[in-house]
Amino acid sequence: MSSWLSMLPETLRISVPYACAAVAGVWAERSGVIHIGLEAVLLTSSFSSVAAAVASGSLLVGMLAGVLAGVVVSVGHALLVERARVDAVVSGVALNLLAYAATRLALRGLYDSASNSPSIAGFELGPKGGDVGAMLARVLLDPVTLAAALVIAASPWLLARTRLGLRLRACGESPEAARSLGIDVVRTRVLALAISGAVGALGGVHLAFDQHRFESGMSAGRGFIALAAVVLSGWRAGRAALACLVFGALEALQIALQDVSGTSKATTLVQLLPYVATLVVLALGIGRAAAPRGLGQRVDDG
Amino acid sequence: MSTSTAALRTGVTWWRVLFVTSAALLVLALVCFAFGQAPLVVLERAYAGTWGTPYGIGQVMFKATPLLFCGLAFHVAFRAGLFNIGAEGQLALASLAAAWVASKLPASVPAVLALPATLAVAMLVGGGYAAIAGVLRARFGVHEIIAGIMLNRSADVLLPWVLAAGLGADSMRSADIAPGARLPRLDFIPGLHGSAASLAFPLAVLSAFGLYFWLDRTRPGREMRWIGLGPDACLAQGVEVPRRRIEAMCLSGAIAALGVTGTVLGYKGYYELGLGSGAGFSGIAVAMLGRAHPVALVGAALLFGTLAQAGLAVNAAVPKEAMAVLEALVILLVAGSAHGDRARRARPDGARPPAPDAPAEPLPDAPAERGRSPEATP
Repeated sequence: MSSWLSMLPETLRISVPYACAAVAGVWAERSGVIHIGLEAVLLTSSFSSVAAAVASGSLLVGMLAGVLAGVVVSVGHALLVERARVDAVVSGVALNLLAYAATRLALRGLYDSASNSPSIAGFELGPKGGDVGAMLARVLLDPVTLAAALVIAASPWLLARTRLGLRLRACGESPEAARSLGIDVVRTRVLALAISGAVGALGGVHLAFDQHRFESGMSAGRGFIALAAVVLSGWRAGRAALACLVFGALEALQIALQDVSGTSKATTLVQLLPYVATLVVLALGIGRAAAPRGLGQRVDDG
Repeated sequence: MSTSTAALRTGVTWWRVLFVTSAALLVLALVCFAFGQAPLVVLERAYAGTWGTPYGIGQVMFKATPLLFCGLAFHVAFRAGLFNIGAEGQLALASLAAAWVASKLPASVPAVLALPATLAVAMLVGGGYAAIAGVLRARFGVHEIIAGIMLNRSADVLLPWVLAAGLGADSMRSADIAPGARLPRLDFIPGLHGSAASLAFPLAVLSAFGLYFWLDRTRPGREMRWIGLGPDACLAQGVEVPRRRIEAMCLSGAIAALGVTGTVLGYKGYYELGLGSGAGFSGIAVAMLGRAHPVALVGAALLFGTLAQAGLAVNAAVPKEAMAVLEALVILLVAGSAHGDRARRARPDGARPPAPDAPAEPLPDAPAERGRSPEATP
């Protein structure tokens, strides 16, 4: 019975990277920049956080380094797309390749390992023990989770109510109109991608700190599931995070089921669900009008 | 027509080649220094392992084969205004299906029957999987990039399950294929002896020229290109846009599936998880670099094939991932330098601001189509 109850903290723990990446996707795409490089953000930020934590011995420094790395990758994507006029899809695919290869290269260079970094200590706040209450407390007291929760909770409000959010959405809906109002579309989008990178990076940091180390390719497609959540949510931050919570619960369920019987069919079905659901929802036309109308559009710098 | 042909014509300029090459060499040098190696020694090793020996050339051709097919696949969809980024999943599923069918064939089936049958299965599966994205785009207005990503990931999930459950394989590989389905190696060319190059590479090169000819000189091919240039005008002209889009997507998937010739049929003789993976994504870069001409496309595939093989050659001194980093950088540098180059050329005339890249064309219209797809309006 306790294994069922323990699904609650497990769900929360598993959902954090998904939710961070999804909200990162919302920030980027709401400003009009197609962002399929979420994997790259997760990978680089988790690697950088571990590398910095190992080098400095401080988890806080690691966290900051991870966030910085996420911002760099994300802003790089924005500059490539908006300034150098690289196609957003090409840039995203290339950044994913780059992040995967570069983190592996750095693993070999720094730690002489092809698969993982040395271990780091976690934050380990909260009570010890294996009962559900202690597990929940540990999950909730985790500084990365707290920071992520704060940022995710603030995102819908920031996007809907603040000056920055309005400008950003204007660039996403109609870059030409936004420019005619005197908004610097490129700058706004770069700023949006910086925020996006920071939010997504929290997911990467969580991933690494949760495993107490970096593993090659450890994002394992989470960025793509997050992208599915973005589309399913109709490009809304709150709903995207909720969708990720559902995906996290399914994954927790799948892990619990595996402990009981180890069925591979159920596992496969659960893993397929986010992707199939996204295709079905889009095919039915639910929320199709919700996509930012200026997604992928650029303004001519003439 | 003008934007696209202009983009096609300005594919390669000396300025860009110089810029990309020197930037790539600089990064390589930095990586070498980081690993305590002399860049020139590493470069020499890379050369010796690739173009320096006949064996190396054979290996480059072997590595370039799936890249060329996937580049072709991306190209044909791209000309029809579609982004097929699902080649990865299409090739993987097609490889599994082809390997499975080929392993079921009796050993006595001659190559004239076994090879076409195996290729037909691969193309059917690849084309069929791509058709999902094509139909979703053409009939339901679902963007093919989102569909492609979702289908790629679905294939990733399905493959191990199909291998384990469907084929009863404990190890992550299929049974050996029938000898008749194997593609001959290029062993008869003296120098290539021992390399993994097979007849698949000349086949890929032929396909490249054939496809460009088909796109230029046949009705379906030309209609696909028109759709890429302006779907609304095509509708007005009576071109069946949705049908052609689905066809383009299917053709793209079928061509991607032919990558199986280089991996399963020409090399391994069976399918294992991960065989040929990465070719689908690198194929996008091949198509981007080589879209002007089939020769350029073959050249781009050989370039990335060279990087992949060079990675293995230098692995003892510098991790092979260094070459993967270079590959990603080359993609970004090539794509990024296109704009600067065109701006430079446009400015002296002072006429117009640079036109947006041709690749951006299909994207901007797509989100708008979500609301009101031109197909829906009579």
